[in-house]
Amino acid sequence: MSLHTWSLFQAAEAIRRKEVSSTDLVKALLARMEKVEPRVQAFLHINAENALEQARLCDAGSAKGLLHGVPVALKDILNVKGQPCTCASKILKGYIAPYDATTVVRLREAGAVLLGRTNMDEFAMGSSTENSAYQKTHNPWDLERIPGGSSGGSAAAVAADECLAALGTDTGGSIRQPAALCGCVGLKPTYGRVSRFGLVAFASSLDQIGPLTKNVRDAALLLGVLAGKDPLDSTTLPDAVPDYMNTLEQGVKGLRLGLPREYFVDGMDPEVEKLIRAAAGELQKQGAEIVKISLPHTPHAVAAYYVIATAEASANLARFDGVRYGYRANDPVDLLDMYGRTRAEGFGAEVKRRIVLGTYVLSSGYHDACYLRAQKVRTLIRHDFEQAFQKCDAILTPTSPTPAFKIGEKTEDPLQMYLADIFTIAVNLAGICGISVPCGFVKNVGKLPVGLQILGPSLGEETILRIARAYEQATPWHKEKPGLL
Amino acid sequence: MNYEATIGLEVHVQLKTYSKMFCGCANIYGDAPNSHACPICLGLPGALPTPNEQALRLTALTGLMLSCEIAPRCKFDRKNYFYADMPKNYQISQYDLPICLGGGLDLMMECYPKDAQKDVTTTKHIGLVRIHLEEDVGKSFHFEDSTGVDFNRAGTPLMEIVTQPEINSPEEAFAFLSTLRNTLLYGNVSDADMEKGQLRCDCNVSVRPVGQKEFGTKIEIKNMNSISGVRRALAYEIERQKQSLDHGKKLTQETRRWDDATGTTFLMRSKEMAHDYRYFPEPDLMPVETAPWLDEVRKQVPELPNARKRRFMEQFKLTEYNAGVLVADLELADFFETAASRSKNPNTTANWIVNDLLRELGATGKPLSESPIRSAELIELVDLTESGKINSKQARDVFIEMFQTGKKPGVIVEEKGLSQVSDAGAIEKFCDEIIAANTKIAADIKGGNTKAIGALVGQVMKLSKGKANPAMVNEILKKKLVS
Repeated sequence: MSLHTWSLFQAAEAIRRKEVSSTDLVKALLARMEKVEPRVQAFLHINAENALEQARLCDAGSAKGLLHGVPVALKDILNVKGQPCTCASKILKGYIAPYDATTVVRLREAGAVLLGRTNMDEFAMGSSTENSAYQKTHNPWDLERIPGGSSGGSAAAVAADECLAALGTDTGGSIRQPAALCGCVGLKPTYGRVSRFGLVAFASSLDQIGPLTKNVRDAALLLGVLAGKDPLDSTTLPDAVPDYMNTLEQGVKGLRLGLPREYFVDGMDPEVEKLIRAAAGELQKQGAEIVKISLPHTPHAVAAYYVIATAEASANLARFDGVRYGYRANDPVDLLDMYGRTRAEGFGAEVKRRIVLGTYVLSSGYHDACYLRAQKVRTLIRHDFEQAFQKCDAILTPTSPTPAFKIGEKTEDPLQMYLADIFTIAVNLAGICGISVPCGFVKNVGKLPVGLQILGPSLGEETILRIARAYEQATPWHKEKPGLL
Repeated sequence: MNYEATIGLEVHVQLKTYSKMFCGCANIYGDAPNSHACPICLGLPGALPTPNEQALRLTALTGLMLSCEIAPRCKFDRKNYFYADMPKNYQISQYDLPICLGGGLDLMMECYPKDAQKDVTTTKHIGLVRIHLEEDVGKSFHFEDSTGVDFNRAGTPLMEIVTQPEINSPEEAFAFLSTLRNTLLYGNVSDADMEKGQLRCDCNVSVRPVGQKEFGTKIEIKNMNSISGVRRALAYEIERQKQSLDHGKKLTQETRRWDDATGTTFLMRSKEMAHDYRYFPEPDLMPVETAPWLDEVRKQVPELPNARKRRFMEQFKLTEYNAGVLVADLELADFFETAASRSKNPNTTANWIVNDLLRELGATGKPLSESPIRSAELIELVDLTESGKINSKQARDVFIEMFQTGKKPGVIVEEKGLSQVSDAGAIEKFCDEIIAANTKIAADIKGGNTKAIGALVGQVMKLSKGKANPAMVNEILKKKLVS
């Protein structure tokens, strides 16, 4: 049995029916890792013994919840008690988390086995996972290419069948873009739907945790486990969590799907555009109505994002100072020297670039022109979406303007790298939800997956999951596997 | 040249809450270092704050006591700067939408320094700009070759009260802080002990020639740890600024540190080195709506010092002075009210407290809480005099003895055989003896010099070893000598 190719739902059902054991599953995944991980390098920490011990306990005990005995991988930005949490940064090398993130608690309560920690761009800052201080992760579809980012390790691990599902975080597209580039499903929930407690903050008003999975049903299953109000995160929403599995199969008949003019722009890969238009056609065929919409402030989203996200990051990352935990520079002569060298040596170039930018836009004299103006743009973008959702139930866009690019191709040009998130960023600014599902492959540079992004209004997860599921059921893309073997 | 000083205060107050501002750790002073710390107040990666409603309520209560407007909606902001005892290297504070706006308080005469009270002619009002809520930082301890940080205080709720620049002398600053402290104690929002850091104060002070419209150069003073220290620091700083100006020097905006030992201020940082705090809204916290609990807090506003003073004057017929002294200190007012409610003569009780007890406490440096005389003993003493068992002179001796030994007044009276002699026959004997020994004075009195009777009363009292009832002595002598 090739257990590693199973979906999350399939594995959960099989364990529940005692057709396989959790130990069998973990062993199969560990064997798979042994085979492909040297080439993919999706994981920063694999605690095989600990995972097997968790599996053994699951097999010995009675079923705890929906994910009983099912292994799940975690982006290395989520705190798990007693485990490292490096955020792929040198500054947190050796740090052992003393508490569990709320999402980790929920996974544990559902019975999941925590498999290992996936690679990422340092502190989730990047779109290619090349900003990891530890290793480069390779796209399973083409090992010369990046897996996307910042949750590139999670996406690559799912795509390479090294885990059944993984958690990622999405601040400007960091779940959806790598999911698209690795050919898996990635969901960014509505801001406040999933607790951020225990997620090491990059940009607090934009960050959300979400699932990366092999199919849409798995995303619905995992979201149901993660979502809900958390007393430890004041920004979580009080609304009851619906049963996402329940509405999954309702189809798209009668739904209005918007195609925003601003997301089909010059410079977009023509093959990508063709695949998105084809996907819209498929959904239309199933009974959805395609409507033209406009999100007029889209061109300002990237600029506003890089002001707000970096401003928040400059404060969020101030705590990494060598005083209490993590890396500390050797033999500082005084406090200032300790701060300066600890941070200079501990942070990578992109993180420093963003801290400097964020500090600058909040500085007196620039605060109003930069930060305040970006907040106004954010409000306009939110209004754009509110108005658009008067005309449609969901919006269809490409997830990324291009398929995966080559490792090293954009590292010298941060601005080009920032544009990789051009279609995903506005969603975080507006706080709404979005999902990326595989919608085909480009063939001009080898076979590379492309993602269709489906955006829903605030708390519109049921709708976008339903649409994604209907599309997925009608298309073969999610069944294709990278030719790694 | 003649100058006038302009002073504004920023007062930090530690709130009396069970837990810290944004986590569940206990808000306790003085325990073993780092025994009250968790991922949230240590600023560990991934931890998030959740606001403490009790702290919000206590701040609103303070605002109501100080006539502030309570915002229907306030929010938190991040104030960014690096410091080793600040876990996140930003402080969660309130920037543009604080919980309380405006308000102010009247300086109580009794809250001025003792030596300055005689110069107070009018009741001065000091306006407030705002009151906001923030989190406190930890505490650094410097050892020989290292520094340790105790995070027990990190994340505890801290209220900042900002005054208008309406204070014009060190004495007014003293009176403001004393009046404020008393109000805070009345509301039970803080223990407000400046020496324990529960009340901290930064002063902004400038001087300008009398008649000049614009304020002078503002200088901030930090590190005062007593209210009298604030007075001394301001007096020093105002004098320093005046002399600088007199010598034609130009003052520059700066922050200075008060050194209590030498009684001087010295430069801490200049304006160029001032922090740019880069405030922005705290994205981890939602704005706070005060409406859901504000009505409940309104009901908790206590009787404030001025109202209590008026009530003491009406209910217990106290003099304005006595009532004022009593209410200017919550503990003293409570001490009095406990005694007065059971005492036959509340006004006498007030006199004992205001004149004798405060004098003895002052002389021995004891706080009221350590007074050997409690209200029960004071009531007993007042009753002994009211019933004529002892006279006022004896009572004073008994009081001193009570204060020194902690014995009950009844016990002292018995031990010393101090009962007052009110037996007319016995007193008459004393009187006769004195008249016989002072024939000349007696003749004088008979001749119409009734004032001289006082001299004989004194002698009778002496003869009776102070035990005779002075009123009766007076009466009997009159009867015998003035017909």
